[in-house]
Order: sequence, then structure tokens, then C-alpha cells
Amino acid sequence: MQRNQPAPLLEVDNLHCHFFTLDGVVRAVDGVSFSLQRGETLGIVGESGCGKSVTAMSILRLLPKGLGRIVDGSVKLEGRELTTLGDADMRSMRGHQVSMIFQEPMTSLNPVLTVGLQIAENVERHLNVGRKAAMERAVEMLRLVKIPDAERRVNDYPHQFSGGMRQRVMIAIALSCNPQVLIADEPTTALDVTIQAQILDLMLELKQKLNTAIIMITHDLGVIAETAQRVLVMYAGRKVEEAPVVELFQRPLHPYTQGLMRARPRLDVEAEEQGRRPRLQEIQGMVPALNRPILGCAFAPRCGYATDRCRSEAPGLTEPVPGHLVACWEATKIAGMGHA
Amino acid sequence: MTAPVLEVENLQKHFPIHKGLLRRQAGSVRAVDGVSFAVRAGETLGLVGESGCGKSTVGRAVLKLIDPTGGRILLDGEDVTELNAAGMWARRRRAQIVFQDPYSSLNPRLSAGAIVGEPLENYGLASGREKTNRVAKLFERVGLRADFMRKFPHEFSGGQRQRLGIARALSVGPALIVADEPVSALDVSVQAQVLNLLIDLQEELGLGYLFISHDLAVMRHISHRIAVMYLGRIVELADKRALFTRPLHPYTEALLSAAPIPDPTRQRKKLVLQGDVPSPANPPKGCHFHTRCPYAIARCKVEDPVLREALPGHQVACLRREAGPDALPLPA
Repeated sequence: MQRNQPAPLLEVDNLHCHFFTLDGVVRAVDGVSFSLQRGETLGIVGESGCGKSVTAMSILRLLPKGLGRIVDGSVKLEGRELTTLGDADMRSMRGHQVSMIFQEPMTSLNPVLTVGLQIAENVERHLNVGRKAAMERAVEMLRLVKIPDAERRVNDYPHQFSGGMRQRVMIAIALSCNPQVLIADEPTTALDVTIQAQILDLMLELKQKLNTAIIMITHDLGVIAETAQRVLVMYAGRKVEEAPVVELFQRPLHPYTQGLMRARPRLDVEAEEQGRRPRLQEIQGMVPALNRPILGCAFAPRCGYATDRCRSEAPGLTEPVPGHLVACWEATKIAGMGHA
Repeated sequence: MTAPVLEVENLQKHFPIHKGLLRRQAGSVRAVDGVSFAVRAGETLGLVGESGCGKSTVGRAVLKLIDPTGGRILLDGEDVTELNAAGMWARRRRAQIVFQDPYSSLNPRLSAGAIVGEPLENYGLASGREKTNRVAKLFERVGLRADFMRKFPHEFSGGQRQRLGIARALSVGPALIVADEPVSALDVSVQAQVLNLLIDLQEELGLGYLFISHDLAVMRHISHRIAVMYLGRIVELADKRALFTRPLHPYTEALLSAAPIPDPTRQRKKLVLQGDVPSPANPPKGCHFHTRCPYAIARCKVEDPVLREALPGHQVACLRREAGPDALPLPA
């Protein structure tokens, strides 16, 4: 799959994360593998409960203690295993080599510290510099994320910033120690569309400037199309498809990916049939419960192509087109039909 | 053309701001600042805008769930602006609402059947066996199995709960449904199911929808006409085709160009707006949008633009869309 490619920066292999709840063991991530190259943006897309956020959290080992944990698989950053790293080593990794920004810019900042201190805190801890140098770095970071009047704003508190500005501050914190990997979990979902455009622009610009690799997690295929180079589609804790972004949108092979793309109304196309609004193509049914073992392909109960084999035997990943992975027994047939 | 089921003229809703120890009124938030539109039977009027633009306040004010500060509201041609709670109660059979959050808008202690049947009983439309039969029909109509009537809200998925909310709204036979972000909390695959259901019901029952959403793609799909709001005012109102292919207001243009398109090969020139939406407690003078508008001229800072018909059926509130030396060329 990764022929003629340099060793990946981050490698996730056969990751399994389980949550131990009163309703049984929830298999939130059920054998996911992928790699991330230096400077690359990898999109992870899927609906609620597909395991995309849990995958991200387990890279940073941020799963809630006593409830969820990595039960199998490995996560390697530049060849170094993270799943077995000691707590102290893990702490010095987070916010330094690997950083994360979250969906909620309202709750992910500390309300009683100035934003400058929150950036400086990270810098002091990881770069071994004093408060003064760290605060200078904070101003520099605020300038980098284009917060006007950075020298003064560095002493403001989170509540004095708007939602978009708070997300800029989060990005400033995350990038303050020049991480190799930035994990962005729905970074623009809580923002208005005009602010979303600003933040996505900023992230792409900073990525060019700093050459940070990004894992962009979102449910929004539009955001994926505009930011990612390679895309991973998840369903019910499993990776069902992975391809370069143009390939994925032009030739989605997994019935779930196809369904996702057709279910969403289009903004750029006038959809009218004889003056009437056409029906959207629904994906029938709903996502399976993850606290019971899933026999066969997790998507089979909702899939129009499903056969008996799909319902009894889980499909492995195949590569019907070079660089394009899909977990579907019928993929070759679907590919041959020259997807509409 | 059918008669409007809802007409709104110069609707205003101001929320007071209290300050200090004595909670003296220090000003007001003009959440809705003079909005006019009509919704006809069988028609969807989309109300789109970003958070804080006043779109949800409009939705609540037209049903008088909150009291408007000024303006007129006509339901089925009857002026309901001055009606008291009892008077309004009788009219609400004709105008119902579906909320965004299918989790908090259903009573967790009532069974699904009781939730949908309660309005029937309230309005004396049915009781006993007759009620059960009608609720069962409603369940079937919105795509739920009739034996789900005994279940409680927590046993339903988000999409099913939204179906319950729709069944509840339909139970009393309304002419108008205000749908406030009805699919925003749902996953894409379930969104499609609910949007299809809403369109089917509209075509079958001739319902008028006031459809409130921030999602432009959903808007383009479900609406017939669309009103764009910014800081309490409608800045543009047009047929959806005209609005999407030839937006006349700079804010509409920016909104459309900012929305991400699921097509990685598409190279778009984006009009990325600088800055944030100003506070509705202290909106900019003149045109509310002038602080972020790439086309703003000196006049925009002092003169209030009026919503006027710039092209047949296409209204816009922009000084630069008015005839004169400052007029921008019309887009192709």
C-alpha cells in the first residue's frame, strides 16, 4: 500500500479500543490501521459513534480512565510505541510532538487563565524556557493565528473572545511547540459558516508554513474535500474505505461512502426534476449497537448490495485500485459497474 | 396563487438588557428588527443566517411563544398579534412547531403514544380508542411502527425522535409548521430520511413550512423561497434558484462562497469575510453589514438600506443594489 514511500510519521496498526459500560463492552474502535506521512493531511470521516474521535483520543491516550482503554494494537510515532509509554513520557509528548484541537472552543480553554498564560504554560513545560520567553512566544503565536492587537489580547480571558477567536487561540496553543502531528477533532463544527471558512483557511496556511501533519476528523464531506489529501471512512468502529481525496470522491467504492455522498443535499447543484424537489437517497435503517458482537460486515443490514456472505463473514480490506482500500465483498462488482 | 397561511409585517422583538444592582434597563438587543414575509400553503420559506441573526426568534415570535415587541402577525389571514394566551391557544391548532433538539423537546416520562396523542386530547379532537387509532395512523405516516407507541423517548434514536416531534405537530391538523433546525442534530444518513418525510408530508397535506436553518445545502434542497437574515434583518429574499445562482446581497454571496463543497477538484474563489458578526446589542449604524462588507462605501455607514425589489420577485437590502452612480453591476 505504501510502496516507495518514506517511513510514515505516525503508524496506527490494528487498534482496538473498548469501553466497559453497564450495557456491556462497547467496541468503539474495532481494528483500525492507517499511517500518516510528514506534512500530510489525513481526513477521517464518519457519523456519530463511528469511532473517529475515539481513534484520535487513543493516539494521545486520552480515553477516560477506568471506562475505556486500548485493548489491542499499536500506535507508533517515528517508530516509537506510544501505547506502552509511561505516563510521564506521554505527558511530555502531548502538546509537544502531538497536539490536539477540539470541537468546543468554549469549553476547551480554562476560563480563569488569560489566553497568554495558557499558551505560555505549554511552551514552558515542553521547550524548557522561562515565563518571559514563553509569554513572548504566546504573543508571536497569537500573531501567527491572526488575532489583531496580539500584544494586548494576550492578557485577555477566554470569555472576551468570540467563538472563532477562541478556536484561533486553541490553534495557537496546539502549534506553540511546533508539533509534528496536529489532531483536529471537528474543529469548525461549532462555528458559523463564514467563521468556519476563516479557520479552515488559517489551518491550511499554517500547515504550509510549518509543515505539520494534520489528522482532520469531521462528519462533513465538504470540509474533507477542501482540506484532506487522503481520506479514511469509518463505520461502526471499522475502517471501511481509504483513498486519496480526489479518487474517493470520484470513485467511492464502499456502499456506505456512496450512500453518504448521495444522502447529502448539494449546495452547488440545482436539484430539481420537472420543477419538483427530488427525493434524497436515504440510507435505510440505523447504525448498529456496538455493545453486541457484529457478525459479518457492519453495514450489511443497511446495504443494497449485501449477500449472505456479507451477513456472516466480515470483509477484509482489499485494494481493487492502487492506493484505494475498501472493505467490501462486493467492491469489485461495484467498481466494475462504473459508479454513477 | 394560494393565500398565505402566515403573513408577517415589520415584526420586531427586542430583549431588554439589565445592568447594575437595581437591574435597570441599560439597552436592548434588537433580535428581530423589522422583518416582513409571507408563507403560502404548500410552500417552504427558508430562513437562513448565522447564530444570533434572529432566525429562531422569528420562528418563536410568529407562534407567539414569545411576545413580539412590534409588527403584525397574520395566521390564515387573521391578525393574531393582540390575542391573549387563550385566544392564541385556539389558533395554535393551525400553526405548530418542530424543534431542533429531539432529546429535550419530548417529555421523558410520557410514552411515545401519549406524546403524540396529547394534543388530540387537549383540543378535544379524539379520545379513547379513537385517539389510539389516530395516533397509530400518525405513527405509520411518519414511518414509525405502531407498536412503538408504548416505548419511551429514551428508547428511540435521534431520527426516530424527530419523527415523533413531527407526528405530534401533525396531530392537530396544522396549516403551518415552523421547523426550527429540524435536521441539524441528526447524522447525514438520517437527515435525508427526515427531509424526505417533510417534503412528502408537505406535498400530501399542502402544509406551509417556515424552515429555519443555518445549513445552506439543506435550504437549497427543501425551500421554494429563501430569506437571508443578518443581525435581526432580512437582507435578501428570493426564489431559491435566483438566490443561489445570482445572490445580490454581499452577505449572501459570502455565505454561499464560504460553505465547503464536497468536490475536491473544484477550485473556488472564496470571498472570506474578515472579522466576526457584531453584537446585536450594539449593531453598526447604517447597514449592519458594512463592517464586514467588501463593497461598502461611505453611504453604507450612515444610511439604512431598505428591502426593495431589485429584480422581479427578488428583494435585497443593499444601497449598492439601488439604481444610481453607486450601483454595482448585476452578476451575470
